[in-house]
Amino acid sequence: MSELRELYQEIIIDHGRHPRNFGFLPEATCHQEGFNPLCGDKIILHLYENKDVVEDLKFEGSGCAISIASASLMTECLKGKSRNEIEEIFNLFHKWVTMNDVPDEFKEKLGKLEVLGGVREFPARVKCATLAWHTLKAALLGQNLKLEVVE
Amino acid sequence: MQVYKKDFPIFSQTIHGKPLVYLDSSSTSQKPSCVIEAIAHYYQHNYANVHRGVYELSERSTHLYEKTRKKVQWFINAAHTHEILFTRGTTESINLVAQSYGRTHFKAEDEIILSEMEHHSNIVPWCMLQEQLGIKLKIIPVLETGELDLLAYEKLFSSRTKMVAISHASNVLGTINPLKKIIAIAHAAKVPVLVDGAQAFPHMPVDMQLLDCDFYTFSAHKAYGPTGIGILYGKTALLEKMVPYQGGGSMIEKVSFKKITYGQLPYKFEAGTPNMAGVVGFYAALDYLEKMGMKAIVQHEQELLAYATSKLKAIPGVRLLGTAPDKVGVLSFVLNDIHPHDIGTILDHEGIAIRAGHHCAMPLMEKYQIPACVRLSFGLYNSREDVDAFVAGMQKVHEVFN
Ligand SMILES: Cc1ncc(COP(=O)(O)O)c(C=O)c1O
Repeated sequence: MSELRELYQEIIIDHGRHPRNFGFLPEATCHQEGFNPLCGDKIILHLYENKDVVEDLKFEGSGCAISIASASLMTECLKGKSRNEIEEIFNLFHKWVTMNDVPDEFKEKLGKLEVLGGVREFPARVKCATLAWHTLKAALLGQNLKLEVVE
Repeated sequence: MQVYKKDFPIFSQTIHGKPLVYLDSSSTSQKPSCVIEAIAHYYQHNYANVHRGVYELSERSTHLYEKTRKKVQWFINAAHTHEILFTRGTTESINLVAQSYGRTHFKAEDEIILSEMEHHSNIVPWCMLQEQLGIKLKIIPVLETGELDLLAYEKLFSSRTKMVAISHASNVLGTINPLKKIIAIAHAAKVPVLVDGAQAFPHMPVDMQLLDCDFYTFSAHKAYGPTGIGILYGKTALLEKMVPYQGGGSMIEKVSFKKITYGQLPYKFEAGTPNMAGVVGFYAALDYLEKMGMKAIVQHEQELLAYATSKLKAIPGVRLLGTAPDKVGVLSFVLNDIHPHDIGTILDHEGIAIRAGHHCAMPLMEKYQIPACVRLSFGLYNSREDVDAFVAGMQKVHEVFN
């Protein structure tokens, strides 16, 4: 049960059930859809960007507890961050959920996002944790189109 | 009823420290030792290409290959051995009919009747014809219980209807469709019927003379046989009118660069060196099914279905999808606001393999307005203990989420 508890920490269950920043953002400068065709999880991200700073972001969609919690925590953490800062957090987060033996300092830098590290023991669920992040990356690259994540 | 389980070596292991409880036989079935051994034996003693050599090994190999065709014919009570074609699986069988029969017999504006409960493999090949030829698809709606709306079905026929393609049993709802009635209605309108039997074949007697369908398809891997082998049954009159699906060796009579004369049935549809070991392994699977007896298998699986249904209904928050009176051993459900994938991960931790997702039936998910569902499905090796383990696993789900 311990690995499971590690995966389904209270904060994940909470954000999965009651996602923050959930909904439409009328003033958004970019809308991006992310879809996992294997499991049907879907995220639509709305970003309001001003001078390279993501001043606000919201999301809609449906998916498992992990993918919704990850999207919710991501929006909380990235609000007000610059493109460069986001790029750095993206890279840290990606390593954190996919690689073993990442240095402890990652944990501090990731703050709350650290709870998603539990997916490492569940390879089939990594894509759930990264769906919102890949959607974000596509949004920042200005793709403005459908993105399929099959990591 | 642990009697069957001991025939399947995969159950001698533990998963995450727990005995394996396999509840995903609709997806693919586990293999009995006799099938695994038959394949090894074939490679060790009898392996050579079929239909080619004049030497002893090739003759043995050909004999085993053709013996399986006969066995399938006997098993499904087809009128002729040449009506049994080996394919890669249900998917290829349906594509073969769509491309070979469809492309020469259908034209723009012709109509094909499908149902809302079809697996993607009985939807997409027809959608491709929609793009290639401009045919139209007419869809039989599914009622809330998971049964087909037969009144609506009758009204779908028109002078342009060219085919009915329908599953024998649903891989999500478990519904066994009233094929005799469906086929009789189609035949009264002079329309041929293709049956997707992937979920029916190893779970009930399947009789071509009784059903009188024009095409029937199924996969060996769902019937305790190897992967990469499937069957297409077709009535002689239809198969003879069809053009080959793929060209190559074995399917020809004469080849020059100017003119090709195609071979006889069934070889016309079996281009290239086939999956011989798969065919030989399938023989062993059919033999196993025969020994266990279809009557006993049906009884065992139906008992299990009734037991699991009552257990599942007793779990608070469970919404069962598919409550038709006539079902195969398939149970799909959703649980409150808990996503099927989370349930799948937690159950896996208990050594329980179930399927969570859209089950290649997106139109059906749309009908029930759900993104995904959890499905348990039975094979003859499942037992009441497996259902009990599943129920205990659902208790774990409850603990994690509350
Ligand atoms: C009803 C139905 N039809 C067709 C298929 C496709 O079978 P295969 O993947 O073996 O070709 C399946 C498999 O899941 C099925 O359940």
